[in-house]
Amino acid sequence: MRMNRRTFLQLTALTGGGLALDLYSLPLAAAQQADAPPELTPQAFIHIAPDGVVTIMARASESGQGMRSMLPMLIAEELDVDWKDVRVQQADLNEKIYGTQFSGGSQNTPQGWEPMRRVGAAGRELMIAAAAEAWGVPTTECTTAHGRVLHSASGRSVGYGELAAKASALPAPALSGVKLKDPKDYSIIGHSRPGVDNHAIVTGKALFGIDVQLPGMLYAVIEKAPVFAGKVKSANLEQIRTLPGVRQVLVIDGGITPAAFTPWEPGMEPGIAVVADTWWQAQYARRQLKVEWDLGPAAKQNSEAIRKRAGELLKTAPGNTVRKYGDVDAAFKSSAKVVEATYEYPFVAHVTLEPQGATAHWKDGKLEMWSTSTLPGNGRELVAKTLGIAATDITTHMVRSGGSFGRRLQNDYLVEAAWIAKRVDAPVKLLWSREDDIAHDAFRPGGTMGLKGGLDAHGKLTAWRQHFITFGDEKNVASGGGIGQNAYPSGFPPAYELYTSVQPLTLRTGALRAPGDNAYCWVAQSFLDEMAYAAGRDPLEFQLDLLNNSMVPWATGEHDPVGDHEPTGAAVLIPERFKGVLELVGEKSGWASRKKEPGRGMGIAAWFCHLGYFAEVAEVSVDAQNRVKVERVWAAGDVGSQIINPGAAENMAHGGIMEGLGHMAQEITLENGVVQQSNFHNHPLMRIRQTPKIEVYWRKTDYAPTGLGEPTLPPILPAVGNAIFAATGKRVRTLPLKRSGFSWA
Amino acid sequence: MPIQLTINQAVKTVDVAPDTPLLWVLRDVLDLKGAKFGCGMGLCGACTVLIGGRAVRSCVTLVSAVGSQPVTTIEGLSEDGTHPLQQAWEELDVPQCGYCQAGQIMSAAALLSHSPHPTDAEIDTAMGGNVCRCGTYTRIRAAIHQAANAGATANTK
Repeated sequence: MRMNRRTFLQLTALTGGGLALDLYSLPLAAAQQADAPPELTPQAFIHIAPDGVVTIMARASESGQGMRSMLPMLIAEELDVDWKDVRVQQADLNEKIYGTQFSGGSQNTPQGWEPMRRVGAAGRELMIAAAAEAWGVPTTECTTAHGRVLHSASGRSVGYGELAAKASALPAPALSGVKLKDPKDYSIIGHSRPGVDNHAIVTGKALFGIDVQLPGMLYAVIEKAPVFAGKVKSANLEQIRTLPGVRQVLVIDGGITPAAFTPWEPGMEPGIAVVADTWWQAQYARRQLKVEWDLGPAAKQNSEAIRKRAGELLKTAPGNTVRKYGDVDAAFKSSAKVVEATYEYPFVAHVTLEPQGATAHWKDGKLEMWSTSTLPGNGRELVAKTLGIAATDITTHMVRSGGSFGRRLQNDYLVEAAWIAKRVDAPVKLLWSREDDIAHDAFRPGGTMGLKGGLDAHGKLTAWRQHFITFGDEKNVASGGGIGQNAYPSGFPPAYELYTSVQPLTLRTGALRAPGDNAYCWVAQSFLDEMAYAAGRDPLEFQLDLLNNSMVPWATGEHDPVGDHEPTGAAVLIPERFKGVLELVGEKSGWASRKKEPGRGMGIAAWFCHLGYFAEVAEVSVDAQNRVKVERVWAAGDVGSQIINPGAAENMAHGGIMEGLGHMAQEITLENGVVQQSNFHNHPLMRIRQTPKIEVYWRKTDYAPTGLGEPTLPPILPAVGNAIFAATGKRVRTLPLKRSGFSWA
Repeated sequence: MPIQLTINQAVKTVDVAPDTPLLWVLRDVLDLKGAKFGCGMGLCGACTVLIGGRAVRSCVTLVSAVGSQPVTTIEGLSEDGTHPLQQAWEELDVPQCGYCQAGQIMSAAALLSHSPHPTDAEIDTAMGGNVCRCGTYTRIRAAIHQAANAGATANTK
């Protein structure tokens, strides 16, 4: 597979810090992206009314990361207008004029930072050109401020609103040639701007996917088999058709071939769609369904058997070598101390608070969709393919969603809504129940890691061996279950081996916020902590010392697309930045002077992913019943030279930390293929009383700004696990916490 | 079956099955989209409204059980979005995805109505039934305190 840079960026965005194996199971954005990105124009993004009100198109979908505010802020800054005069409008899907409209992998900042500012600057130049022409003066004599063009020599000035009609007819300047502001002159970038939808949110306006309302609209639910991809054998369809409000009952044969490897978009799941006048009538009727299912091979899957098999695979020769350098065996032989441990983490579900769903309207051979997808171009392609229609006959409106966390990168619910709409003579809104949403999630795959590390007589790390048991077949690894040769601490121990082995999995898996990293960080940073204690050294000092080793670079090329990094060099771990956040969080948390008392402890961890560096310290208290309360968290982040929207950035860091804590108590288990969890009582989220006091600090560096959706999350899990060890002497090697004998207070 | 409800101080008559949850009457019959569906079991609080001034999960409240008690939804919390809680939520930029926030604000409104100056412990108790999947709890707490202070100022004027 030969990837150009654009495809590469899209793919690595989804898979994190270079989970190379995953790339081959995610044939995603290549489908939606032309090789050459379009030349963006200010006319596509900026509309200025005669009264000077500036409408800026937000190209990315919004599911809570603040993209609807952040990207327009970049444009507004360089356009040189006041933020109070800006209105933001969500763009429909049209990547020919907006460029990528994908939101994921913390990529909107790195992919938007330069182009969006240049779009704004080009708009500003158009305004100057229009004014200069009207005044008959050289453009070089004109300046701008607060949405006006000024000519200081003559004292004249004119508002953008008066120039807009004239400016829009002028040829747009090439983006590469426009002049950008000196950061010291920023009045919007670097200044907190509340989310543009906040007022609508706090007043309960229709805003989300679930809120879409169209004249004559019907509502749909889908009953699916209790196991993945089970098919309908027979059902009491005629009886259901007679129930109040029911308009149609449709059997979905589906398009999934259950196999040892389940692709990223495996096809439609079979089921029975019930369409009714209201959602509640559809749901009520659906509950009267009596279905005989052909459950298929997925019904043979059991979590206990999967864990047992993982344990067996750990003891056998690995299936695949991801990376190997140095003589690990020799290093272990000559080590003063060798430490071994097995770490295990579960499947978890995304549980976006808004369950999956979409609205679609089929009329006169054309389809109109209201989509919450964060990979909307791919959604359109899938719909076109499934329905056998041309993508050009589909209009996609992008609607704010109640959370994605990676879930809405997949478009299964969108395809379902479109499939139903094509068979119904009205607009249709599909909405999953919470139980549907958990049972048919694209789960973060679980995993088992065997680790072995060596220490010399001075307590220095001599070698590291890691064997990762994941899922897939001979050729493919389950989505979200791949690992790359740059998996930290790869490159830093003098000798290193990373292996994988797979077992089959007939289940939809996918990307959960910081995919891969949300688990691998916990494993690696917990085991490093173990090594530090085994060496009798301070964990922070131990890791800083490890980072002082000269890094053994990984080979570039097909198996490591991350080597093909952007000019910033940001895709490859830079030790100075990793150490920088560790030192900063150590300083802010008072790490060096922390108290040692029973039942209370502090833990530290750091990670690099999605181009960002975060180190976090957690302080926990643990009571006699092993109930853990996270009292305080300090976070230090390095995402480059500029925090674009500081208030939102801090909020995002809080969110990553809270989500990571949530992961520590969640698990999805299978019994005879049936997901055993169904709602928030058995797949819990953190509550307000469990929220620690959180402090967030930024380490500004000279690198181009990068995103925050993901890198804030991974370090909190090992920071808490390591703090529990400091407090109790007991090591958390199995998640969820209850499997290690702990629970949240 | 026609059922009479008092929603945001207006009397409405709806023709729905009596065992329909109030949430779906609000959303799909009365087109009040502020209360959200999150779990259908009263576990997440996204659907919270006030019934007789108390915070109630409308997804597990049958429409026939409401009776003559007044229902207040986020749309009726203030005329123009200027309830101290709404203002504090905007000023502190609380939302991330925003989906849970209407429910959070309604639970907070019920809290402030009987505890104008809640302690952190009182906030923990009153807000314990509302989850924020995005994890904005720190700001939710701060916004409740800010609204409490603003309300106090307003009351003493």
